[in-house]
Amino acid sequence: MPDADIKGLTAAIDCPTFESSAFSTAKPLAESVVAIVTTAALHHSDQDDFTPGDTTFRVLDGNRDDLVLGHWSPNFDTTGYAMDQNVVFPIDRLRELAENGTIGAVGDIHLSYAGNQFELSEVRMDSGPAGAKMLVDAGIDVVLLTPV
Amino acid sequence: MTVALGSIREQIYNTAPPRGLFCDFPLGRPLGKPNDPEFQHQVLAAAFDLVDGATEQTVVDFPEAIVDDGSAVLSCTLPPRFDSSVHPAVDEAKGIRAAYDRAAGPGVRAGAGRVVGPDEIPAAIEAFIRIGDGTPWKEAGVPGIPARVAQDIRAYYEVAALELAEHSPSAWAGARWFLTETETGAVINKARDRMRDDGVKQPVWFYMAPGSL
Repeated sequence: MPDADIKGLTAAIDCPTFESSAFSTAKPLAESVVAIVTTAALHHSDQDDFTPGDTTFRVLDGNRDDLVLGHWSPNFDTTGYAMDQNVVFPIDRLRELAENGTIGAVGDIHLSYAGNQFELSEVRMDSGPAGAKMLVDAGIDVVLLTPV
Repeated sequence: MTVALGSIREQIYNTAPPRGLFCDFPLGRPLGKPNDPEFQHQVLAAAFDLVDGATEQTVVDFPEAIVDDGSAVLSCTLPPRFDSSVHPAVDEAKGIRAAYDRAAGPGVRAGAGRVVGPDEIPAAIEAFIRIGDGTPWKEAGVPGIPARVAQDIRAYYEVAALELAEHSPSAWAGARWFLTETETGAVINKARDRMRDDGVKQPVWFYMAPGSL
């Protein structure tokens, strides 16, 4: 069961393709507010857990220390996150980058989705854009997407 | 503006995010190495270089890969047999409870409890024992969807093992240890095989363990 074999299970899954890229330019990184968006289905202990096929998102407070790993697939290593949440949700690293001036600031909110999806249309048409708007409204300039 | 990390080459290159960094790291560890801030900063530096540096849609490779060849297994001593009146898997699960409780403080973020908590783990294992012995899975008393219950059991073992082991396991070493070296892993595998052989719908049994097992 090498990791490559598990990754190979995704080979038959079609990736969406897009006619154009959403490429844009932003203010310099040193002036940017950065947030994390993860597909690890993280949620706070008092938030609803993710159900299988859940296309909604949770708003995460980076100052709380009670994130639960809610991803339902067995096909990833979970011990890394159990040892150090930064391997999935690098909030401490972002704080260090803000302190040394590499980034402008760490965002007040972060978002989490469930990556174990078979049907993506709801994310593309509904919860994805809704999450993006929430981040823009919160003053986020740059999003770091971390996959699980 | 988005900078995406990607763990699977085909996915990140095909989806073509505005700015992407392919990191050939094991699934579940997108920043590569737990408890290694220096390495995590190297990954973030490569990703954030694309913020100011990219002038068009681009995906680049992080220069270092972390390869799992399928051989690493967590090294963890399991408790000796204590109560001969119960199945060895149940005895084993009870034996690591103290380690789980020590580890499952506020800092633990990936443990049992989403469907079955540590108190319910022995009964859940007994249900899978019954499946392996021939009881149809719907009559065996599994306290939830089998894959979700099995995932909680695996998490219970992995968290306890992180407390008992004298090293930080590489990716997948914990899952491999659970499924190949513990009594309960054998129970899960046997129940999964039995469900497959009995013609149970594939999604019900398949996700009780990582895909290729």
